[in-house]
Amino acid sequence: MWTRLKRLYHKMGSPKWFYEITTRWSKWFMAVGSILMLTGVVWGLAFAPADYLQGNSFRIIYIHVPASLLSQSAYIMMAVAGLVGLVWNMKMSFVVGKVIAPIGASLAILSLLTGAIWGKPTWGTWWVWDARLTSMLILLFLYFGVIAIYNAIENDEMANKAAAVLAIVGSINIPVIKYSVEWWNTLHQPATITLTKKPTMAPEMFIPLMLTILGFYCWFAVWVFARTRNEILFKERKTNWVKKLLQSGHKKTTGAQL
Amino acid sequence: MLMALLKRDLLLAFRNRGDLLNPLMFFMIVASLFPLAVSPDPELLGVIAAGVIWVGALLATLLSLDLMFKSDYEDGSLEQMLLMPQPAMLMVLVKVLVHWLVAGLPLAFIAPLLGLMLGLPNGGFMPLILSLLLATPILSLLGAIGAGLTVGLRKGGMLMPLLILPLYIPVLIFASGSVQAGVQGSDYLGHMAFLGAYLALTLVVAPVAAAAALRISLAR
Repeated sequence: MWTRLKRLYHKMGSPKWFYEITTRWSKWFMAVGSILMLTGVVWGLAFAPADYLQGNSFRIIYIHVPASLLSQSAYIMMAVAGLVGLVWNMKMSFVVGKVIAPIGASLAILSLLTGAIWGKPTWGTWWVWDARLTSMLILLFLYFGVIAIYNAIENDEMANKAAAVLAIVGSINIPVIKYSVEWWNTLHQPATITLTKKPTMAPEMFIPLMLTILGFYCWFAVWVFARTRNEILFKERKTNWVKKLLQSGHKKTTGAQL
Repeated sequence: MLMALLKRDLLLAFRNRGDLLNPLMFFMIVASLFPLAVSPDPELLGVIAAGVIWVGALLATLLSLDLMFKSDYEDGSLEQMLLMPQPAMLMVLVKVLVHWLVAGLPLAFIAPLLGLMLGLPNGGFMPLILSLLLATPILSLLGAIGAGLTVGLRKGGMLMPLLILPLYIPVLIFASGSVQAGVQGSDYLGHMAFLGAYLALTLVVAPVAAAAALRISLAR
C-alpha cells in the first residue's frame, strides 16, 4: 500500500503522467459527481420536508453549505499543495495550488451570494456583520491576495513560491481569524454539521445534503484536474508528447477543454 | 554582527527622519478626516474613536512597511545580509525590531493625543496605549512577510495591502475591542491576553516566513 502510494506520488510529479492519470480519473469523478449532485438536488428540492421554521427557503442549504465547506477546504488544499511544492520542489504541486485559487475564490463568492439570498427571508436582510459571514468574507480576501500575487509576479516559478508562502501563512492564520471573529459577534445559526456530534437535522433533510456535498467535492476534483491539464498543455507545449497529443485529434482529450 | 546591523539600521532611520515622520503625519491626518466626514458631535466621535485610531494605525503601518527592505534591496546590501553566517530569520527579526521602534512605537505615543481630539472617554486611554504597545509589533512582524514577498516588484505598493490587511483583522478586532471594553468600564485584560498570544504566534512564524519570502524574491 505504502509503496504504491509513493509510486503514485512520483508519477503525479511528472506532467505527462499527471495528464494521463487524471484524464482517466476525471471520467469517474464526473460520473459519480453527477449522480450524487442530481440525486441530492432533486431529493433536497422536491422531496425533503419543508423546515418547520423557515419553510421552503431553507432548501438553498443544498448549495450554500457545500460551497462554504469546499471553499474552506480548498484553501487548506492550496496551502498543502504549496507546502509540498516548497519542501519537495514538486512542480506539479505548484500548478495544482495555482489552479485551486480562483476555484476556491469563486466558491467563496457562491457561498456569500447564496447566504445573502438565504438571509433575506430568514433574517430580513441581505447582509449582517455576523461572525461566520464575516469570516467567509475574509477568506475571500485571503484568496484575492493569493490571486493578486500570481498576477503581479511575472516569473512563474517565483510567483508559485511566493503564493505558496502566502497561502501557508494564511492557513496558519485561518483559525485565529475564525475564532477572533466568532468572539466578536454571532448571529448565524450554529454549524449544521459537525464531525463529532450527531446531526441535528432530520435524516431526510440531512442525507441529500451529504450527497450534494460529496457531489461538490467530485466536481471540484474534475474542475481542478481539467484546469491543471490545461496548464500542463500550455507549459509543455514544446514537448513531443503534447505535440503528438494535439495532432492525434481532440477525440480523446475532450475533457481537457472543460 | 546582528548588533552592528541593528545600530546601522537605526542610524539610517535616524538620518532619514522625513521617512519616519511621514507615516505619523498620515496617521494624524486620517484620524482628523473622520470628524469632518462623520460629524463633529463629541458623543458620536467618542463611540467610533477606538476604531478610527486603530484603522489609522493599521494604514500608517502599511505605509511604512515599504521602508523595511526596499532601500537595502535596491543597493544590493540585502543580498549580502542573506549571505551572513547568522540565520536569515534573525536578520529579519532585527529589521522588524527597527521598523517597530521607528514606525510602530511612535504611534503608541501619538495615539492618546488623537484620542483627546476625538473625544475618547477616559476609560479608553489605558487600553488604547497598552494595545498599541502590544500589537504594533504584530503589525511589523506580519508586515515583514508582505514586504519580503513584494520587495522586488515595481507594483509592490499596491499589492501589499491586499496580502497583509486580512491578516491584520484579529489585531484590529481585539485591540479596538479592548478600548471599547475600557470605555464601558469592563475588564479588558482578556483582549490583552489574546493580543499577547497572537504576538507570540507571529513572533515564531513570521520571521521564518519572511526569510523564506526574501529568499524567493531574491532568487532571480
